[in-house]
Amino acid sequence: MFRGLKAIADKEFIHVLREPSTIVFALFIPLIQLIIFGYALDTDVKHIPTAVLNQDQRTASRDLIDRFAATQYFDVVEYVGSDQALRDEIVSGRAHVGIKIPPDFSGKVARGTGSQVLVLIDGSDSQVASRAQSAALSLGLQFSSEIAGRTSTPLIDVRPRVLFNPDMRSANFFVPGLVGIIMQIVLMMLTALSIVREKENGTLEQLLVTPVGRFGLMIGKLVPYAVLGLLEIAIVLIFMWTVFAVPIHGSILLLAAVAPVFLFSGLGLGLLISTFAQSQVQAFQASFLIIMPSVLLSGFVFPRESMPALIYPITTIIPVTYFLEILRGIIIRGAGWNELWQQVFILIGLGVVILSIAAARFQKRLR
Amino acid sequence: MNSLQPDAAIVCSNLTRRFGDLVAVNDVSFQVSRGAIFGFLGPNGSGKSTVIRMLCGLLAPTSGTAALDGIDVVSYPDRVKPRIGYMSQQFSLYRDLTVDENLSFYGSIYGLNREQLQRRKAEVMEVVGITSQRSQRAGTLSGGWRQRLALACSMIHEPGILFLDEPTAGIDPVARRRLWDLLFELSASGHTLFVTTHYMDEAERCTDVGYIFLSRLIALGKPSELKLLPGVTPPDTKRIEIVTDNPTTALQVARNLPGVRSSTFFGEAIHLLVDRALEPSGISQVLSKNGIHVNRINDMSATLEDVFVSITEQLEVGDDV
Repeated sequence: MFRGLKAIADKEFIHVLREPSTIVFALFIPLIQLIIFGYALDTDVKHIPTAVLNQDQRTASRDLIDRFAATQYFDVVEYVGSDQALRDEIVSGRAHVGIKIPPDFSGKVARGTGSQVLVLIDGSDSQVASRAQSAALSLGLQFSSEIAGRTSTPLIDVRPRVLFNPDMRSANFFVPGLVGIIMQIVLMMLTALSIVREKENGTLEQLLVTPVGRFGLMIGKLVPYAVLGLLEIAIVLIFMWTVFAVPIHGSILLLAAVAPVFLFSGLGLGLLISTFAQSQVQAFQASFLIIMPSVLLSGFVFPRESMPALIYPITTIIPVTYFLEILRGIIIRGAGWNELWQQVFILIGLGVVILSIAAARFQKRLR
Repeated sequence: MNSLQPDAAIVCSNLTRRFGDLVAVNDVSFQVSRGAIFGFLGPNGSGKSTVIRMLCGLLAPTSGTAALDGIDVVSYPDRVKPRIGYMSQQFSLYRDLTVDENLSFYGSIYGLNREQLQRRKAEVMEVVGITSQRSQRAGTLSGGWRQRLALACSMIHEPGILFLDEPTAGIDPVARRRLWDLLFELSASGHTLFVTTHYMDEAERCTDVGYIFLSRLIALGKPSELKLLPGVTPPDTKRIEIVTDNPTTALQVARNLPGVRSSTFFGEAIHLLVDRALEPSGISQVLSKNGIHVNRINDMSATLEDVFVSITEQLEVGDDV
């Protein structure tokens, strides 16, 4: 059964070391992805270009505009003279927000009769729009209450306090998740390609006339990529820690113990792809079929809770989903075994199921 | 034909393989004795590779049995595998590994220990003459050297039976002759060789040949026996070779002569199958009348090509297709 395992693994290590593109793919591309995603995936929307139509022009209106700017969310880039011009600014993309202050705004405020301020928001980017909306609303509330009763205390005083990532840095949220996504992509692709390459070159047929054991062949092919995968986790985590200064709040030891569990499903998916694909091109295409949901549905970018009921079940069978929860749990929230054991066991379960299906198919193909 | 040879290295009986509706191999039976060079011929797609793959345990037969060294391939593939070496049609070694590393890899797969491996590597490299290239990457070897390396890898574990699927396809004539010299040496040292080929001259070198056509084995035997088959040169006919300066015109003229049954080119000569009663001098005269100078004219025996052509033709006539 396991015959030839060492010979296959040794040979595979030589392949990896001789083929510079494998090492580049395995070690450097993840770092590049990390840097790109880590810096670019910034959902902290600030400095939204804003156009202003001020038909009042007196003290209270200028005070209001200053307050908009002071929030850091709005940068006033243009003052315009008409409704049409205000709209044009947004349509052209020069501004994403337009503020219209009506005539006699200052007078109405002073009389305490109340006045409306129109805030036009460009909805083409939902993140920008929602941030602008909430910032504008809270600014309005705060300003009103200040004017209305500087002395009275509010009846209900809501004081939000953000735990764990108080600055709400998106790097702290994205980079740990990226560790999981990168491992998934690289492990799966390298494994699938290395096996399919043997099919393409006819070396698999040559191997099958030898007495190599089915598990010897399978595990021998996986071992080098498992080692590469572990190396990769270490490098990416060190990068995360040093370059992105994302603190690890939980136990690094627990992280090191749990991360290899994810290897099973990553390698298993690669093995599974290799049983379907006859060429490396097919293997690439199949990989994308798995990568897309892994990136979009795992909670890496969008929260799973907000996904439609039809889609949600899919998210529960994606291994990365649980690895992300574990990574974020340990790194961001300092969670321990007591909080995360369920995810770990689900991940083991998924890994076993995927590997079993892949192994069964792998054996069949050999017959 | 099916009498059991106790020393047969390969015995297969009624081997059949279907892929869906397609019958790739239809009721094929033959034996190859130990130390023989069995030439397996047939056009592409006739089922040659499928037979090899079944004999090597890569593919299970739909029905029929195959045994190597008396061991059933279907039931005990793992006991058969150490006894056979397989060299596939396509170069299927690792190009980024050196000659030495490829040999080491296959040696360890077969479970050779360190000393056995060192000894066998030295031996097979010596046999195929690749010792001086041992540190070269396999991908940088030329065609002939690749074939030798492939042969060396297939023999690293001292198998008694070697399957070689078109070992000489696409290599130069010198390398081809060297490879055949090597095959004779292996056969002389007791190896049984199962070789597929498209070259008739290679088939002539084999001790036994089998010809597979449309999934069925239609000729089997020693080349000398096959050439004497009644169907190849019918009793009332004979074969004549005419060497001439102008074989093209000669063939056109000869083809229309009464008593000439079939004709073909053979380099500067034409080969004719004629009625036994036809006199060579008569043919010679007709050719001369047409301005063709005949250098030499003589009786000849059938070649293997003649054998396969006539058997195939008879089969096609017999079929209603």
